[in-house]
Amino acid sequence: MTTSPTARRVETTAIAVIALFLIVVFPLLNAHGVVSDFTLNLWGKYLCYALLAISVDLLWGYTGLLSLGQALFFALGGYMHGMYLMRMIGDLGQHKQPIPDFLVFLGWTDLPGFWKPFSSFPFALAMVFLLPGLVALIFGFLAFRSRIKGVYFSILTQALTYAGALIFFRNNTLMGGNNGFTDFKFILGHNIREASTQRALFIVTAVTLLLVYLLCRWLSRTKFGLVQKAIRDGENRVLFSGYAAGHYKLFVFVLGAVIASVGGALYVPQVGIINPSEMTPDKSLEAVVWVAVGGRATLLGPIVGAVSINALKSWATRAFPDLWLILLGGLFILVVLFLPGGLVSIPGRVKELWRRCRAKKAGPSETETPPAAPAASAEETPAKP
Amino acid sequence: MAHPILQAEDVTKTYDGFRAISSLNFYLFPGELRTVIGPNGAGKSTFFDLLTGRAKPDRGSIKFSASDAAPPVDLTGLNEYEIQRLGIGRKFQTPSVFGEHTVEDNLILSLKGSRGVFAAIFHKLSAAQRGRLDELLDLIRLSDKRRWKAGLLSHGEKQWLEIGMLLASEPRVLLVDEPAAGMTDEETHRTGELLLGLRGKHSIVVVEHDMTFVKQISRDGRVTVLHQGTVLCEGKFDEVQSNQRVREVYLGRGKH
Repeated sequence: MTTSPTARRVETTAIAVIALFLIVVFPLLNAHGVVSDFTLNLWGKYLCYALLAISVDLLWGYTGLLSLGQALFFALGGYMHGMYLMRMIGDLGQHKQPIPDFLVFLGWTDLPGFWKPFSSFPFALAMVFLLPGLVALIFGFLAFRSRIKGVYFSILTQALTYAGALIFFRNNTLMGGNNGFTDFKFILGHNIREASTQRALFIVTAVTLLLVYLLCRWLSRTKFGLVQKAIRDGENRVLFSGYAAGHYKLFVFVLGAVIASVGGALYVPQVGIINPSEMTPDKSLEAVVWVAVGGRATLLGPIVGAVSINALKSWATRAFPDLWLILLGGLFILVVLFLPGGLVSIPGRVKELWRRCRAKKAGPSETETPPAAPAASAEETPAKP
Repeated sequence: MAHPILQAEDVTKTYDGFRAISSLNFYLFPGELRTVIGPNGAGKSTFFDLLTGRAKPDRGSIKFSASDAAPPVDLTGLNEYEIQRLGIGRKFQTPSVFGEHTVEDNLILSLKGSRGVFAAIFHKLSAAQRGRLDELLDLIRLSDKRRWKAGLLSHGEKQWLEIGMLLASEPRVLLVDEPAAGMTDEETHRTGELLLGLRGKHSIVVVEHDMTFVKQISRDGRVTVLHQGTVLCEGKFDEVQSNQRVREVYLGRGKH
């Protein structure tokens, strides 16, 4: 709420340019062979991760709720969409049966009841929103009603995603066990391996990311956003100001779950596989690192963090496969120690440094002038009148 | 005198066997400015906790008249935000403002109005609310710092901002815990004048240690002395000051 109009204009222009590049230019370059299918696909994956990172930031950066279970919702979204994709394989599977291969392997001849409606894309799409939303609603309701917060909340969310992974690892859950779903063939009648299909999926992902970004940006500028940050900075005062902090947290938790889930639903057709390892706590932790490195409590931060760290991962796991986790951990520590605002705070820091250098050169008389907008930075407490 | 706006009867609260509040009776009348004093550990903060839903009494009743017409409501089953919505505002001893928000946003969050999630999402500041905001900023003398982050304010200014936040929600009863703590003499005096100016419109309970300040704000109002979780005596400042038992309690503990 303290951003100046020029800063806003710069931000809006930057978003428009990036969005235009991702939604139009990048796919066009791919269609003309400048960008390889592999690269496009990789970036599609990064953008899905960016959605997961936004959901973590919405909870952690903006509301002070460190959820270590966001991967659960990401994976659930993936599974819901995956069930539709599995049905679309039809009888083209290994066993040439009209039901998914793993069910044949488990001795099923008919489709289990809960699988049936997933032949419909609209139903699967609705479930991408409803199932994770419902899980978050129930878990959040219980946790926030008991006023569980801080590290206890983090531990519980971690336990939740671990429990989810254990359930999905079981063959009897009838969700593919530890192999999960793979070998997809068609999506909405299009061959999923076709370059044009993947390009369309990439565009849908980029558009979704833009919409989610705009939604969160709008939300953070409403009074709701004020309450959110107030809960993070002083929950006591929020309660004593008449706000049911728990209701706000529940809303954010459900919204975060749905955003993560949509990310997962877009991830599965582009990566071609979903299995319970996507639900394990370390996947959630990774997303937290993306947000911390990119910049907490900013909207661009999680996107920058998710894309840059995963790009780094793609390179490092090939160049130094054994060192990747050490590299990631080191990066996390470095950022926490030396760059608490994350990567997105670098331009501001450089500008500040440059301004100081110039002020020093210009002589001490000019440094005395009080800044015009005192609220802008914490380092410059203006003299009291 | 009219019916009490806030009445606590036979209230007892025990923490691990320690009686923080013991058979306390307390009556606050409309428009009154009441000062509560007492040595450390007398139960002043616990008393506020019980009134605002932070803690539940083991025994006794706390009743509040949310409006002149309606019958009094029992507060003992309600939580913090429900009690705030009924019209009881609380200021904490250490100033609790939202440091990352601007002064103005702190007040916007506190303005009277719906507190629901969806109401907050679609909230628009009305012209009347803007006017009220200017009025409040003027009253707490922070008009020229309205766009400052609250975290940058001085200690005294934060105290004032918190009082402003309390007033923004237009409560019937104000519970103010040590408003003068950490203030300069001049700020303390101004705070006293501010509280005195609110008398009549609001009913106020002030917990305070600073005797000069207590003397200033109590004037002809009543002072309640708490000791070991119960009311030791109640009366005008001079009466309380000359009370032998009050002197013993304070002197016996090496105070004033």
